[in-house]
Amino acid sequence: MTATAAPPQAEAPAVPPVHRASLKKRLIPYWLLLPGIVWLLVFFVLPMVYQASTSVQTGSLEEGFKVTWHFQTYWDAFTEYLPQFLRSLAYAGTATVLCLLLGYPLAYLIAFKAGRWRNLLLVLVIAPFFTSFLIRTLAWKTILADGGPVVAVLDKIGFLDVTSWLGITEGSRVLATPLAVVCGLTYNFLPFMILPLYTSLERIDTRLHEAAGDLYATPATVFRKVTFPLSMPGVVSGTLLTFIPASGDYVNAELLGSTDTRMIGNVIQSQYLRILDYPTAAALSFILMAIVLIMVTVYIRRAGTEDLV
Amino acid sequence: MTDTTASGDVRLAGISKHYGSFTAVHPLDLTIPQGSFFALLGASGCGKTTTLRMIAGLEEPSTGTVSLGEREVTHLPPYKRPVNTVFQSYALFPHMDIFENIAFGLRRRGIKSVKKQVDEMIDLVQLGEHARKKPHKKPHQLSGGQQQRVAVARALINHPQVLLLDEPLGALDLKLRRQMQLELKRIQTEVGITFVHVTHDQEEAMTMADTVAVMNGGRVEQLGAPAELYENPRTTFVANFLGTSNLIEASVESTGSDVAVSASGAILRLPAARCSTTPRTGGKLLVGVRPEKISLVPAEDEHTIAAGRNKITGKIADSSFIGVSTQYVIDSPVCPELEVYVQNIERDARLVPGADVVLHWNPEHTFGLDAAQDIDAGIETVEESA
Amino acid sequence: MRWLRRNLVVIAGLGTLAYLILPNVVVTVFSFNNPTGRFNYAWQEFSLDAWKDPCGVADLCGSLALSLQIALWATIGATVLGTAIAFALVRYRFRARGAVNSLIFLPMAMPEIVMAASLLALFLNMGIQLGFWTILIAHVMFCLSFVVAAVKARVLSMDPRLEEAARDLYAGPVQTFLRVTLPIAAPGIAAGALLSFALSFDDFIITNFNSGNTVTFPMFVWGSAQRGTPVQINVIGTAMFVIAVLVVLAGQWAGNRRKKAQPK
Repeated sequence: MTATAAPPQAEAPAVPPVHRASLKKRLIPYWLLLPGIVWLLVFFVLPMVYQASTSVQTGSLEEGFKVTWHFQTYWDAFTEYLPQFLRSLAYAGTATVLCLLLGYPLAYLIAFKAGRWRNLLLVLVIAPFFTSFLIRTLAWKTILADGGPVVAVLDKIGFLDVTSWLGITEGSRVLATPLAVVCGLTYNFLPFMILPLYTSLERIDTRLHEAAGDLYATPATVFRKVTFPLSMPGVVSGTLLTFIPASGDYVNAELLGSTDTRMIGNVIQSQYLRILDYPTAAALSFILMAIVLIMVTVYIRRAGTEDLV
Repeated sequence: MTDTTASGDVRLAGISKHYGSFTAVHPLDLTIPQGSFFALLGASGCGKTTTLRMIAGLEEPSTGTVSLGEREVTHLPPYKRPVNTVFQSYALFPHMDIFENIAFGLRRRGIKSVKKQVDEMIDLVQLGEHARKKPHKKPHQLSGGQQQRVAVARALINHPQVLLLDEPLGALDLKLRRQMQLELKRIQTEVGITFVHVTHDQEEAMTMADTVAVMNGGRVEQLGAPAELYENPRTTFVANFLGTSNLIEASVESTGSDVAVSASGAILRLPAARCSTTPRTGGKLLVGVRPEKISLVPAEDEHTIAAGRNKITGKIADSSFIGVSTQYVIDSPVCPELEVYVQNIERDARLVPGADVVLHWNPEHTFGLDAAQDIDAGIETVEESA
Repeated sequence: MRWLRRNLVVIAGLGTLAYLILPNVVVTVFSFNNPTGRFNYAWQEFSLDAWKDPCGVADLCGSLALSLQIALWATIGATVLGTAIAFALVRYRFRARGAVNSLIFLPMAMPEIVMAASLLALFLNMGIQLGFWTILIAHVMFCLSFVVAAVKARVLSMDPRLEEAARDLYAGPVQTFLRVTLPIAAPGIAAGALLSFALSFDDFIITNFNSGNTVTFPMFVWGSAQRGTPVQINVIGTAMFVIAVLVVLAGQWAGNRRKKAQPK
């Protein structure tokens, strides 16, 4: 059936000309992308290439480095610094779990219970950001100082006995122990956990809680079956935003830890900036990148959320 | 309808739109006379909005041309066309107050003193006296109906040659929608601008428009005045999409100025002029009749029916009382579910489910359709979008 | 007991908040300290000396000014480049969309130290002098993705019909962008810019690798942790905290007033 319309169909051209969008118009997105993408290609992708080439070079500072496809560096670096790798993952993992446990109640409080205090609480979560994180991390040196009030209380209630038994503190010291480093990591990345959690909790329609309550769910069940599943996007992005930077961090280990708490970040840092063994440093940072990317990919697949950007 | 050669007609010649391999609009010719209220009616995805957007310039046609009067505008960007649009869900600028929203088009054309014209528009669309005073409200502070009025004012202030309305009443509740239908009709009469209205609501199209084009699957199925479309649909889609039709499959017995057909023994007549296809003796024909054209009498009163009327026997399967009318579903050997609407003037107590009845109607009210089409075309879509 | 159970979330939440705020309290209190040694870790006595002379330590205020300068330029650069990418991603269909999305996502999904090290590898190999420019380049690079994410979210939630309406109402491409697109996308762009500023100003790891002998404020603090922490660091930390809170509160107050002033 053709169009039954005035004027008669004879007026329509037998083969209508086909119009195409002009070239200029089709190029607009590429012009918009060009500067930013070039920036990322030159200063993000190209450096990776250089680092890859560095990692398979051999030589010395005095004689210069040459690409010799010496992949052995990877194996040597990995085996030599395996303890630091494992320690980094353990510390970052523990800090992530602690961030989730500490951050969830606060995000929940702000999203559902704060009422007119909501904005003030949000400001208090974000405000510490404005003081340089290095200054704030140094403040932990004061808080956890030997013989200080915090350590004294922890000692008195027997907390330090437990942690000593677990091997994460020594005697009545907290500073320069794994506990201090994990405490600093947790502190530093807590806001990165709270904000995504808050964003996803805040989107939940509170009528869902009422509906679940109406359908005979106890408060605990409501949380387990409704609130927590709906906050999963926040949990996923919060844990990623915490774990990824924590795994490569060396500031907390340097400022709050000791030589026994060195993380892989400390090793890479000193290889690059002090020892100047560039191939090993490059290989180490590639191994770290590979480990993190693999873990993140597996995690995102299992959590089933892809829209993180 | 005004003279079709008037200088302000919208003329679409062979326009079509493809998205990749999908064809949204098949090559289409359409002339919309100047000053008319024209409706493009169809279910969602039928190509009506794409057609509208091609007139607005928001979509470039894959083939064909768009002309406003003598001027071809096919490749003119929207901001250079004397055409304005009332968008679906209004698209009012959220960061501007209603005054700046209405004045937007004038300001873009470099007009400095806009106050008088904006006030005139506020009056025309009856936004109310308070809308003229400062401080002006932002769109989100208005009700749906008021936003609708701002959207109309914002487009009309530019005195476009054509005003395009894309489902303008879709977001309003039923009562407000009725009111705005009348308002838009009044405004159109007052300003005399061509209105092209896209809607999926057949009642809205018929109430407001002088001419309705029914679209289906990217093509115009039929075009005409609302009454003509309703009384004389030319396809099963139009018959079912506009109101309800009883369609009966029948075989042609004799042709001439009157056509006689038989369906399960019953002989029905209809004027040959009301057939959209040329009936051939021995061939098939779909015979249609609107439910309100049919009269219903109990079987024992069959002798009261005047001679020359089309008659069918059946049994009442179901009846529902609507208020102004009663709707019956009749089980007949001719057709399993015939619908009949009877005005509640004097209700016959014998017309209850289970009763044997005779249906009769004037042969002039019968129409004939090509039997090669899908008999149910247009039915589900109506229920979905109504 | 029942009261405790019902308010468990509130108590736990406030506990976390205390954990978050505690270091800032310590920083503030110790800005009034008068330490005996080079390190400001143990309380001695109250003093206003550091507040009276916040720039009294060599290089401190110079590093602060440098950090502000870098943060400003990095913000401008990342915001312009990132906003353009966000618009291209949301508003246009083109080849390699997926690749572009991944390229934007990767810098956020990578430990900072990896990017820091690889940039250093680039600069060393190319023989580029480390300093102001290498820091700025690095900061624009890692802020870019965050701007894209912030602006993209805002533009995605924006009705494309608004721009069509503007074009329909005689606004050309430039006018449409300036009068409609930009004002509506502004909150997203502002959020991205603020985030860039904060990230750049506070960045340490990438800067540490790529700054050479240039000392930004975080670099100064890092160095002082080895050499001795002057009280002035706490003064600046406290001042920034107070200024930020005041700015946020003032913004909220102005927002509330504007809301009240609107006619009902």
